[in-house]
Amino acid sequence: MYDFNYHKPSSIDEAIQLFTDLEDAVYLAGGHTLLPSLKLRLAAPTDVIDLAGIPGLNGIDYSGDDLKVGALTPHDDVSTSPVVQSVIPALASLAGGIGDAQVRNRGTIGGSVANSDPAADYPAAVLGLGAQLVTNQRTLNADEFFTGMFETALEEGELLKEIRFPKPEAAAYVKYPNPASRYATVGVFMTKTSEGVRVAITGAAPSVFRATDMEAALNADFSEAALDGISLDADMMNEDLHASAEYRAHLCVVMAKRAISQI
Amino acid sequence: MSISVSMNVNGKAVTQACPANTTLVDLLREKLQLTGTHVGCDTSQCGACTVHMNGRAIKACTILAAQCEGAEITTIEGLGDADNLHPMQEAFRECHGLQCGFCTPGMIMSAVDLVNREASLDETIIREGLEGNICRCTGYHNIVRAVETAARKMRN
Ligand SMILES: Cc1cc2nc3c(=O)[nH]c(=O)nc-3n(C[C@H](O)[C@H](O)[C@H](O)COP(=O)(O)OP(=O)(O)OC[C@H]3O[C@@H](n4cnc5c(N)ncnc54)[C@H](O)[C@@H]3O)c2cc1C
Ligand code: FES
Ligand code: FES
Repeated sequence: MYDFNYHKPSSIDEAIQLFTDLEDAVYLAGGHTLLPSLKLRLAAPTDVIDLAGIPGLNGIDYSGDDLKVGALTPHDDVSTSPVVQSVIPALASLAGGIGDAQVRNRGTIGGSVANSDPAADYPAAVLGLGAQLVTNQRTLNADEFFTGMFETALEEGELLKEIRFPKPEAAAYVKYPNPASRYATVGVFMTKTSEGVRVAITGAAPSVFRATDMEAALNADFSEAALDGISLDADMMNEDLHASAEYRAHLCVVMAKRAISQI
Repeated sequence: MSISVSMNVNGKAVTQACPANTTLVDLLREKLQLTGTHVGCDTSQCGACTVHMNGRAIKACTILAAQCEGAEITTIEGLGDADNLHPMQEAFRECHGLQCGFCTPGMIMSAVDLVNREASLDETIIREGLEGNICRCTGYHNIVRAVETAARKMRN
């Protein structure tokens, strides 16, 4: 890890100002993606802006229509929250399946979503539930947020404040985890809403995506059998030493069927 | 950039100057000579560096010392000493929960957090709870026995 200047602003405005003024700054949340990449020298920012001193970014609230989760809320708080467990149990169980206990104590939902790792779990919940992402300057829909591998609609210096999840009629998340890291080799988040079924798949392709063929089939007939004729294009799948593209395409359907069986 | 960090380590107030890119584990081992906390991988995988921050198990190789400003840190040295072992340390010894001992400080810190937070434990919960800690020697069976034994003592 190269040396850098460390800053700990106490408000969002101060954080944005620092980001604008400094040469090559980066935000730090839980650090469980950023610090490993700094150690590998994949990134060498001049300045690190720690968001932990900003009040109001950490917490869970269900007083209105949506379940609101602050960007700095650690995975463990989401997984053990009685509110999340009762409003969207699939979200609590997704958070409880991330990495290991120590990772869940430090890693945050905002860091995971802003990072848009192709194998990360939270993007599947954000897209599957059709969440809204509140930043310092606007509110984005999940459908426009994830734009590619490690890419999102967030602009330079834009800060994610909160994620708002609408309560679904039912939802389930099933993943085939990498046995070492627990990242998703393939993970399927299946949601039933009054407007229809949403199927978001992570791990399989360069970025989380909605399986629209599956959604159409399930809107006509919500059953495992409805997916029998469906296959995903292996050409759009990731391939690495853990799983070939064909295997990932196959897993998408298997995980989707398991998710249906849980609903 | 040199910074000054203040935190409470094993019940003692500590203020230390260090470069901004210093990790907590480097501060503990190199500056405070608390070498009970080990570095197995330095890539957040093995859990040998596990300590408690405000009571919760974290990997000290994947947090900056600066992020621990004002925090309460407990390391294996703060849990017990040779004359006065913590029940978890005692149980690891009794149950032969270690061989080379390299993973042991991290295992014990994770296990103590696990027992403190889970209302009831069984083998599956213990194995899943220790997923962030890798042991290359024991095959884990005796570690699970040690945690079960310690949990009974800690709850009495
Ligand atoms: C051993 C290990 C296992 C893991 N296993 C899994 C797993 O199974 N599933 C999974 O999904 N993840 C896994 N992770 C990743 C983990 O969940 C990370 O914590 C998470 O991806 C990033 O969150 P963070 O808070 O640590 O972010 P950081 O590392 O602090 O930041 C990540 C990126 O997001 C940016 N950022 C952070 N917060 C904001 C914000 N509020 N607004 C704008 N930008 C922001 C940062 O600038 C940085 O570029 C694992 C990590 C480790 C080390
Ligand atoms: S040294 Fe920290 S996890 Fe291995
Ligand atoms: S006792 Fe040797 S690594 Fe666990």
